[in-house]
Amino acid sequence: MSKFADNMIRKDAWTGLMMGNHALVRAMLESGVMVCSAYPGSPTPEIAAAIEIIPEEQRPIHFEWATNEKVATETAFGASINGHLSVVFFKSVGLNVALDTAVQLSMLDCIGGMVVVIGDDPGANSSQNEQDNRHVGRLMMMPIFEPGSPSETYSMFLEAAELSKKLKMPVLFRMTTHVCHARELIEFGAIPDFDYDWTPRFHAEGLEYWPITTAVFPLKRKAFAKLSAVEKHALSSPSNKVLSPNGSEPENGKRLGVITHSIPAYSVLECMDESGSSIDVLKLGITFPLNPEQIVSFLNEHDEVFILEELDRILEHEIKAIAFDNHVKTKILVRPDIEHLMHEFVPARVWDLLSGFWPDCFAPKPQRAEAAEEVSPRLAQMCPGCGHRSAFFAIRELIDEEFPDAITVADIGCHSLGSMKPYEMGTVLLCMGHSNGTAGGLAIGNDKRKVVCFIGDSTFFHAGLPGIINNVLYDRNVTLVVLENYTTAMTGHQPHAASGEIGDKIKIPEVLEALGVKFLRSVDAYMQDKLKDHIRDSMNHKGFGVVIAKHPCMLKFIRDKRKRAEATKRAESVNR
Amino acid sequence: MKSYNIFISGVGGQGIGLLAEVLIQSCLAAGYAVLGVDTHGLAQRGGIVVSHLRIGNKDKLFTPRITPGEADLIVGLERLEAYRGIVNYMRDGGTCIYYDAEQQPIHVRMGLSQYPSHEELEKAVAERHGKVERVFIEDLPDVRMQNTAVLGRIASFELVEGLTGDIIREQLLEISPSSAKDANLKVFEQASAARA
Repeated sequence: MSKFADNMIRKDAWTGLMMGNHALVRAMLESGVMVCSAYPGSPTPEIAAAIEIIPEEQRPIHFEWATNEKVATETAFGASINGHLSVVFFKSVGLNVALDTAVQLSMLDCIGGMVVVIGDDPGANSSQNEQDNRHVGRLMMMPIFEPGSPSETYSMFLEAAELSKKLKMPVLFRMTTHVCHARELIEFGAIPDFDYDWTPRFHAEGLEYWPITTAVFPLKRKAFAKLSAVEKHALSSPSNKVLSPNGSEPENGKRLGVITHSIPAYSVLECMDESGSSIDVLKLGITFPLNPEQIVSFLNEHDEVFILEELDRILEHEIKAIAFDNHVKTKILVRPDIEHLMHEFVPARVWDLLSGFWPDCFAPKPQRAEAAEEVSPRLAQMCPGCGHRSAFFAIRELIDEEFPDAITVADIGCHSLGSMKPYEMGTVLLCMGHSNGTAGGLAIGNDKRKVVCFIGDSTFFHAGLPGIINNVLYDRNVTLVVLENYTTAMTGHQPHAASGEIGDKIKIPEVLEALGVKFLRSVDAYMQDKLKDHIRDSMNHKGFGVVIAKHPCMLKFIRDKRKRAEATKRAESVNR
Repeated sequence: MKSYNIFISGVGGQGIGLLAEVLIQSCLAAGYAVLGVDTHGLAQRGGIVVSHLRIGNKDKLFTPRITPGEADLIVGLERLEAYRGIVNYMRDGGTCIYYDAEQQPIHVRMGLSQYPSHEELEKAVAERHGKVERVFIEDLPDVRMQNTAVLGRIASFELVEGLTGDIIREQLLEISPSSAKDANLKVFEQASAARA
């Protein structure tokens, strides 16, 4: 077993270096999590890697990849209402997929406890938007914890899991990209001797797990009551704290404060360390629900309070409302510009922002001059040997030669990179699985321009099937190219339904046949002439056609081959 | 102390994670506090991978990301990314240690932009009054060992007081898989000895 795995499961307290995603797993082990389900998406896949590195016989957590985020959430919910502490994790936009399920959960008693971990992505480092899921926490009536560092990830998860078990309610644990991927030294506690009781304890007296029509209201009242218990908890929570590293003396006769959260809190502390200004910082770890008493007392102790938040104006609006209701006279300052509603708040940006309000504390700095040198961009690109490359090359040629006004629709996956140079295939993109639906819409009333859409094999199962079924039912004039590489490549080679690593492989051609796809062809992506013939035939065919362009992910293929060779070498040296 | 900032950059697959891990563990072993963060976005597929390290006193480190123009050391595993690191992150008087490999991006292959030469890189460093160390090993047994070579060269300088070659060597051996220890050690020593 690796040293990393050894450390991860060691029973006693220890101190070690860990990234946020891995620290989360140690906290899961110390909290007694029994079930965890997920769908891969950056910035969270390393959570799974840290669980899976623990040998199965020593792993107390049952972990599995689900078909999509909604199923993952349901899996964790099912485990929780059976009495087992559960975790579900996925990336920011994964919560959109999970939402139809997730929005009910707070009304139901999650008796084992349940933590919904999301990797939000301020700065859109690896996502199609930078949506602020703190809105969604409010919609779901779920308390929100926001760690700003790996060590806070560890300590706040322990608190969140405990609270979730106590109140039998799901908790939203909102990490962000640079919390997930940051590394620091963390003091871990011991793993208690849990008995990991698998007794199925689900119990329903009446309609308490059946939120339909009038049954909703008593359940909703219960959710409100739980939220107000969290509101009380927030007052004494170690996650909500006032920091005054330079003392609390007034600056120029004014007592100044900042209310902030997550990474921006550390950014403001760094700025204060540089400037030496004495400002009090109320750092909120639990950002929903807010405790009005906590907010009002902080506001009243200061003449001016800046609300420094990353992304949308959520704390700003709620704190202003609390201040209004409580006749607070403190001057509340907020970010002035729409540019401040985007991107991350690194220290330099916080300094620049605060210097506009408190120039005595944060003297305006000259803008850094643009470097004179021009540096070539480096776009992400498909790997050497990638089957998608070959397919895009062939389709680009076909379209340029025979269908120059065709519309191509991209989907999410490695093949999204086909939209960039040099292929420029797939010029409209929304989200996982959108391509068939969008292509269907583009085909309505359109007998002039051909429509071609793409999908990968993991996405095929994740959210692709409903759109495909629609195109089959309406026999849309669309050509779907399934780019099958037998893995979830973009996020680091997680298995999926057709990869053959979980249970019996569900074969994509058989699924399509069973759905009634009449035009169906399949060819290796490197057989370019044949691929072009199939796609030409499909585009000329009236109605829905599917061409599967298959080729194993070469990155995975080569790694697997290398691993097999190393294993053989080891076995041979043992035999000798 | 003011933090010492190391900006490490290369292309997906070059082993930046391992390089950063060895440096972080070495700094911890030398008695410093460290914060680190990797930023890679969509970069697993031939894109840019960057790792930020900040070294210093525990009560003076708050965030792991380096402010542009404030890196003391640029570590590059490839020439264009070393160049980008210098242009965007090197502080006045900083140091660059880079492996002279060349991985051309699409824009260069399509003739839309230029790939920098070693001379251009030196010029960019000179404009920032810095120093540059080019690492290149003629008979490197495996391209996946470029990161080890760069580590060896870093180890030949005591960039921060107490961050000695012995500490870095020890951490490299600690982290290397047992099958690669001997080969890594050899490249490490070779690159260390080849210091200009």
